[in-house]
Amino acid sequence: MAPPTSGATTTSSGITLNVNGEKHTLPVDHRTTLLDALRERLDLTGTKKGCDQGQCGACTVLVDGRRSLSCLQLAVAADGREITTIEGVADGDRLHPVQQAFLDLDGYQCGYCTPGQICSAIAMIEEHAAGWPSAATADVRPEATPPLDPDEIRERMSGNLCRCGAYVNIVRAVARAADEVRADDTAAAKEAAA
Amino acid sequence: MREFGYQRAEDVAGAVALLGADPEARYLGGGTNLVDLMKTGVERPALLVDVRELPLDGIEVTADGGLRVGATVTNSDLAAHPEVRRRYPALTQAVLAAASGQLRNMATVGGNLLQRTRCGYFTDPARPCNKRVPGSGCAARDGEHHNHAILGASDHCVATHPSDMAVALAAFDAVIAYETVDGPGETPLADFYLPVGDTPHRETALPPGALITGLTLPPAPVAAHSRYRKVRERASYAFAIGSIAAALDVRDGVVREVRLAYGAVASRPWRARAAERALTGGPATATAFAAAADAELAAAEPLSDNGYKVPLLRNLTVALLSELTEATEGAAR
Amino acid sequence: MTTATGTTRGTGAVGAARTRLEGLAKVTGEARYSGEVPYAELAHGWIVLSTVARGRVRAIDDGPVLKMPGVLAVLHHGNAPRLKEGFVGSFGPDPVAEILQRDRVPHIGWPVAFVVAETSEQAREAAEALVVEYDTEPHDVDFHADHPARYTPEASPMGPAVTAKGDLDTELAASAVLVDERYSTPEQHHNAMEPHAAMARWDNGRLEIVDSSQGTFATANDIAALFQLDPASVRVRSEHIGGGFGSKALARAHNVLAVMATTVIGRPVRVVLTRRQMFSLIGYRSPTTQRVRLGAEADGRLRAFDHDGVSLTSTLTEFVEASTGFGRALYDADAHHTANHVVPLDVPTPTFMRAPGEAPGSFALESALDELAEKCGLDPIELRARNEPTVGPVTGLPFEDNDLIACFREGARRFGWADRDARPGVRREGRWLIGTGTAAATFPAGAAPSTAAVTAEADDTFTVRINAADVGTGARTALAQVAADALDVPTERVRVRIGDSDLGQAWLSGGSMGTRSWSWAVMAAITELRERLALGADIPPEGITVRSDTTEAIGAQSERERHSYGAQFAEVAVDVSTGEVRVRRMLGIFAAGRIVNPLTARSQLTGGMIWGLSMALHEEAIRDRASGALANGDLAGYHFAANADVPAVEADWIGEPAPDDPVGIKGIGEIGIVGAAAAIANAVWHATGVRHRHLPIRPDRVLGAGAGPEPAAGAVPELRAGGAAEGDTRA
Repeated sequence: MAPPTSGATTTSSGITLNVNGEKHTLPVDHRTTLLDALRERLDLTGTKKGCDQGQCGACTVLVDGRRSLSCLQLAVAADGREITTIEGVADGDRLHPVQQAFLDLDGYQCGYCTPGQICSAIAMIEEHAAGWPSAATADVRPEATPPLDPDEIRERMSGNLCRCGAYVNIVRAVARAADEVRADDTAAAKEAAA
Repeated sequence: MREFGYQRAEDVAGAVALLGADPEARYLGGGTNLVDLMKTGVERPALLVDVRELPLDGIEVTADGGLRVGATVTNSDLAAHPEVRRRYPALTQAVLAAASGQLRNMATVGGNLLQRTRCGYFTDPARPCNKRVPGSGCAARDGEHHNHAILGASDHCVATHPSDMAVALAAFDAVIAYETVDGPGETPLADFYLPVGDTPHRETALPPGALITGLTLPPAPVAAHSRYRKVRERASYAFAIGSIAAALDVRDGVVREVRLAYGAVASRPWRARAAERALTGGPATATAFAAAADAELAAAEPLSDNGYKVPLLRNLTVALLSELTEATEGAAR
Repeated sequence: MTTATGTTRGTGAVGAARTRLEGLAKVTGEARYSGEVPYAELAHGWIVLSTVARGRVRAIDDGPVLKMPGVLAVLHHGNAPRLKEGFVGSFGPDPVAEILQRDRVPHIGWPVAFVVAETSEQAREAAEALVVEYDTEPHDVDFHADHPARYTPEASPMGPAVTAKGDLDTELAASAVLVDERYSTPEQHHNAMEPHAAMARWDNGRLEIVDSSQGTFATANDIAALFQLDPASVRVRSEHIGGGFGSKALARAHNVLAVMATTVIGRPVRVVLTRRQMFSLIGYRSPTTQRVRLGAEADGRLRAFDHDGVSLTSTLTEFVEASTGFGRALYDADAHHTANHVVPLDVPTPTFMRAPGEAPGSFALESALDELAEKCGLDPIELRARNEPTVGPVTGLPFEDNDLIACFREGARRFGWADRDARPGVRREGRWLIGTGTAAATFPAGAAPSTAAVTAEADDTFTVRINAADVGTGARTALAQVAADALDVPTERVRVRIGDSDLGQAWLSGGSMGTRSWSWAVMAAITELRERLALGADIPPEGITVRSDTTEAIGAQSERERHSYGAQFAEVAVDVSTGEVRVRRMLGIFAAGRIVNPLTARSQLTGGMIWGLSMALHEEAIRDRASGALANGDLAGYHFAANADVPAVEADWIGEPAPDDPVGIKGIGEIGIVGAAAAIANAVWHATGVRHRHLPIRPDRVLGAGAGPEPAAGAVPELRAGGAAEGDTRA
């Protein structure tokens, strides 16, 4: 943590945000959310502000690898954490499988909820792979392992509202990407074992 | 949002000391409720004490077979924990029925317990609300209240508690642990939320400045046969209009033990003790389940537009207990 | 000038599925929306809204706020720049745009002040700290059909308020079967995902606005007129728009206040509406109450047709949600009457929202048709076939074409309608009652004058310049395809420039007329360009540019009934013990002329159907009578469908290119929502035996209504309804 210029009595602090593998040191008003810090201070406008109240999911980023809403995350409280935004999910010029699937299968219309959908889906696929159940999971006992079927995808992606109503293609895109990620993981595991 | 100070607490004692007795200071956990309320102007703290990184993020099985859950455990980690899923599946289901994946990754157990109501008059500072501004009146009673309380409310406030998690915790007799400058303390969940009465702004029994450090679930074999069902106005990412946590032990058609709690009907998760008493030792039939729900809901005092919650909870009681009967009797065969 | 015979088949670019030209920018986060373009010295504005529903601003104490950190200005009616009084905008007189001009508060959530500061955090806190005192007056926000202030307007942009043919009373009296029911739809809000945002600055004597706009030319003209500027000195740009649905077409608080503030402080100023502010500043769909009276012969042929609708408007100006326009060209009857009425109340001004009029109107009328089919013992599709008009029932004009029944037949085949048991309340799967329903869809197919320029570049590429807007429709991509097809070149050789008022006049993205109007202008330019290129002219370095203007061609169209059509099908599951309704599948078959890009068109049609689902089950803004404010004005309170609400939704199309359009287009922006809510409501009846005539079909309403007439014991078999969606067991 950068040495705080602040404390209980001051209202701003110097912080370091690790965004997409890059460290940014900046002073922030304590009121500044992570979302506003990304958009207004670091010019990373890919993360969108849809409601600014935790009610739509457009601002979804990964914080320490987990999907989170940057609109309800104070920037000062994100000091020192690893943040991944839509600008950081591709591997150079190679799109992440989720990005490619949204592009190919038209998993959007206006595109405004799209960065949040993509970040959410990337983390969601990992959550599922880790065995996390969802509200669509009939049997939540640890022994049961639900497949990532359309109903599971729908429930797990329900924190990302899309007003254009692109849900049908979003589900298709996430399903395709999840298969690819799984195949990549399997291939990587085989390679590691060989 | 007014300007405020920010301190990250290093340990529990430090957190409690930092907050002190300052009525304008708040603990910051996941921030999913507090930051929203700060944006709408409902909360205007002068100081935030960030407790998110306190070492209170463990879940462990207690010596007697219960569970101890730290206050900063995220909702996601609580729901995904194998021992929660095995021993208290309704708790996992309740947590997963709430909010969204993103919010559950941020929200903490401690913060979830302290969620404020989602009553639209409470969250709009331009409207009267006895919970927000004591004595200003209740706009909901004669206003929009189709999702407000039918049990335990008063003329002063008809708001509901929004938590799903707490409904399951109520069914399982959770005990809340906290820390104050004077040392630790604990309160059973049954006593944690205060009656509404004429002081709806006083919501919990926590002493001033207290920090929730965790909760304990006593061992409850019946909880292994438990379920949570939530009804809401869309299929996901919405607060309940009625919910139920139930656990049931049935042998040979007789109810040996039952736990029942209702959500979205009161200012607190509503443990349905009258229904439990009516059921215990009696037949596990739909008729008995309905009679038990009626016994519980006899105390309901619906407003003009939320009377549907009475049949809703009654039907949910019958449906969920019937499902559990079938599942447990089926498993026993 | 091109004519209706100008269609070319070219490279086949039209009709080919293509991913969006801006797709890469959208999936990587590089696409910048209007609130995201950086400017040096940018200041941030925050709007202060009235907290009372009617009255006057008595005092605004800006002194303490001006001393707060970072505050640059506080504007209010006492000091704001003066706007054109009696402003007439692109769509008529528009007092809603006359912001901070007087002390009158016409409704709750009306802008009363505007705070500008160095940062948005400072502006927000200052705006919250600003003390505004009001002289309040009693208000009335209570909308109901027989409100004493109700009146019949002269007309609306959607047509006349009243149409009447034949003697209604006589035909009703002579009818063997009668339906006379009231239906209602609630206040609904657009809630585009991107909140309205504008940046304004003065640059070398020109006013530049980056706005989230469905039509930058109209916005630029309106801003020029409001601020009494030379229209040529105003430029509005809108590269990417995060949804509009009718709410982003006008001069509204965000762009008006950004211009005011930059004029006052001399720095670029950005204004971004909050989600909560959107619920009172940018319009919404009025609630409606509608009465439908149908009188028919025993065989279902309509003798009497009467559709009477009431909506609300504000005290500022009249907006008519013309819900009864829907049936004017759809069904014939010996006596055919429709009327729209309005009630002015102390509420924000409603506006166009996706399928204005048709969306609520189709819910009422298509529900009533289903009730009539039930009473006649007739299949709902057969009932519609028996009432198909041969000429416009109201206008007497011939139809360009009419594929309504063809849509029903194709939809019925694919949905498995033939296997349907017409009896309500007799299919059960576990706790769910299952039902299916259908409804008709139609929307006018129009075109509006536009200009375009197409350049043959020296490097063998082409540049299309047209002030279109891509609000998520795929317009940019579609126009590239239309141009490539007409130029007979690969789409990759066509560049498209849109979203800039400097490109000239063009129709906005609305009324299902965008792609058609723009394509017409592009085709016109290309036709002439190809003639010039055919002469073998060398292309100079600056290229050869041809400009078009379709005003004359569109004005010269013959008078005909021109509409797109559709048939909506839905299967629902209802748990009457909890009131939960789940849609299990939807199918929409549409006839909307030539489909330029099947990939994006399917998305748009499906999206419209999901709007219909959302309208049927979720959407409802609830106004608090005591305060006049919304009790649920945010996205946690105002529900629209989440992913988990949406099952397999399929849209497809039939039919031929529209005969009267150069490209054969009819427009698809609205028709997807039309009839969808009725199909779902009809399916809920089929599942439960209970009619739900008031939207949304909320759990408490289902629970209150209970199940219909109790079927005899054992009459509810545990079976799947015919033609259930494959592998979709979500209910």
